[in-house]
Amino acid sequence: MKNKFITAVIAAGFVASAGTAFAETIKVGYMTTLSGGAGIIGKQMKNAVELAMEHKGGKLGGMDAEVIFVDDQRKPDVTKQLANKLLKSEKVDVIGGIIWSNLLMAIHKQVTRSDTLLISSNAGPSPVAGSNCHKNFFSMSWQNDQTPEAMGAYMNSAGVKSVYAMAPNYQAGKDMIAGFKRFYDGEVVGEVYTKLGQTDFQAELSALRAAKPPATFIFQPGGMGINFVKQWKQAGMDDVSKLYTVFSVDGISLPALKETALGTISTQTWSPDLDNAINKKFVADYKSKFGGYPSFYAAQAYDTILAIDHAVAKSGSKDTAKMREVLAAGGIPTTRGSLKMNSNHFPIQNFYLREAVKDSDGVVTSKIIDTVFEDHGDAYAQDCKF
Amino acid sequence: MTLTLLLEQIFNGLQAGITLFLIAAGLTLILGIMDFVFLAHGSQVMIGAYAAAAITIATNNFYFGILAAIPITFVCGYLLEWLIIRHLYRRDHMDQVLATFGLILFFNEAIRIGFGPAALFTNFPSSLSGFIEILPDTPYPVYRILIILVGLLCALGIHLFVSRTRVGAMVRAGASNPEMTAALGINVKILFRFIFAAGATFAGLAGMMIGPLTSVEPGMGEPLLILSLVVIIIGGIGSVRGAFIAAILIGLVDTVGRVMLPMLFKTFMSVSTADTAGPALASMSVYILMAVVLVFKPTGLFPPKGA
Repeated sequence: MKNKFITAVIAAGFVASAGTAFAETIKVGYMTTLSGGAGIIGKQMKNAVELAMEHKGGKLGGMDAEVIFVDDQRKPDVTKQLANKLLKSEKVDVIGGIIWSNLLMAIHKQVTRSDTLLISSNAGPSPVAGSNCHKNFFSMSWQNDQTPEAMGAYMNSAGVKSVYAMAPNYQAGKDMIAGFKRFYDGEVVGEVYTKLGQTDFQAELSALRAAKPPATFIFQPGGMGINFVKQWKQAGMDDVSKLYTVFSVDGISLPALKETALGTISTQTWSPDLDNAINKKFVADYKSKFGGYPSFYAAQAYDTILAIDHAVAKSGSKDTAKMREVLAAGGIPTTRGSLKMNSNHFPIQNFYLREAVKDSDGVVTSKIIDTVFEDHGDAYAQDCKF
Repeated sequence: MTLTLLLEQIFNGLQAGITLFLIAAGLTLILGIMDFVFLAHGSQVMIGAYAAAAITIATNNFYFGILAAIPITFVCGYLLEWLIIRHLYRRDHMDQVLATFGLILFFNEAIRIGFGPAALFTNFPSSLSGFIEILPDTPYPVYRILIILVGLLCALGIHLFVSRTRVGAMVRAGASNPEMTAALGINVKILFRFIFAAGATFAGLAGMMIGPLTSVEPGMGEPLLILSLVVIIIGGIGSVRGAFIAAILIGLVDTVGRVMLPMLFKTFMSVSTADTAGPALASMSVYILMAVVLVFKPTGLFPPKGA
């Protein structure tokens, strides 16, 4: 009796090991911010990744897949440790995610040099797009400068002669205004850097009212965007100046702003109403599963998984070089349609003008009203030599 | 830069200062009278803001939301003191810092679990959304004027209470010499609990009032806590009058400095240097003020007598 039992166990063991030997598993480490004030962004991204895995039946490119979520806590040191753990002990094949540019900079070298693909779902700092680029890095979002560039170009075409620009006093804030000025031809009459994490903008709004600029350009991400737009409307600033925004009025801030945000204009590469089959399915399923519109962060997280799926399916393997070849060739099916890839592995894509509107259910969301750039590449690709 | 703009900025500074005072008033007593390092005072602001926002959303009535949230924050403060804080009075300051820092994490996480990580939508009623011309061609939001008025009323109320009533006399006595106060047969335990709950209520009120202006989200009180600690140090620990004056001072320096410094710098240096130096110095201005005050008055501007 006892012997029979042991034989059965050994046999079962053989079957199990044979099973794993045949079916390969691709391991994806997904890194985002799940705790702290920015936890809401990471939550949406995690939701989107899980939805993508569900849509793909738990497999990537037909291969068994495992996604490991890690919380970077928005801290560079934690991010480095996590990247180390994902590479050395989890032995992942791809690392995806990453919201913040400074965190991406912290792990870019480490991950790309260890022959692992690094796919950013959001961060797009200029060094990794230009002189410090690496063949193992791909962006499923945009390069930081591009979105304000689109706003600058749109404001030229709208005939805005002068503008007052406002952004938080940190690197991304300065990059955004630099990108804006690269394309905007009019006069920048005021350039104000607010405190990072500022909650009350009344003093800046008073100064703005006195300056009476015809247009105001802002970059105030996350909670700062909620505060700014709310106080802008409360102060009746619409009668003084017209507001143009980037990364301030989005799927994260709209639920807290609701009607207050109506009519606000922004530029973005994605919008919930983008008309293609993948996006329609993504937005509809996200809404029914998580109750509320996804943000662009969620869309880019979803696209990151679609990109890995595409790479594995087309190359038939999880080999870094083979997947890299597929992704570099572009034609990646995403929520933004078939995505082209630039020579520095950043997408070449359209930039749209969006307005905050009410949908048929009375929920405030954003709608595309114009295309500012078609197939727009970033300014740093020429400096990138692999 | 015109005179009207300066005046408007002074109003903005007043409003910021008054809000800070409401938070600092309780904290200065907790630190001064109870000798208790309480870092979770910012959480009281958040609790107030969430209570008012949640009730306003549920009942669709802003005034009811505020009225119901006031007793809620009082009860929260009372229970917090009774459950946790009173066990920590005899511990050293490091233990108090650790325990109350833990409370910050606890409250932020509890709010995140209860209300989700996203900011709550709040706005004040349309009846308060108008403007008053404080000067010709200088409209100022009614709601912000209301904040200033409510804050001033609270300040007056606290002042009268502390200086004119029997309980107020006990509070003053407790601030000057807690051992002697207890020796005279005053129930310091109950006094402390009352002060703690009242302090929590004023901080909560500040949260309720700024809720419709800013985003009501987990961790919203912490930036305010840091500033109110600066207020307490400048004003003198344990002094409500000092807290009031220091709060207005901080509000004015922070607000006016933020806008005026970059403008001022542009008059004598290049625009790009001014754009870098202006905001940098403006964000330091509050702390520079604190350092200067401490050099000349190490116990703050208005230290309580006997301290």
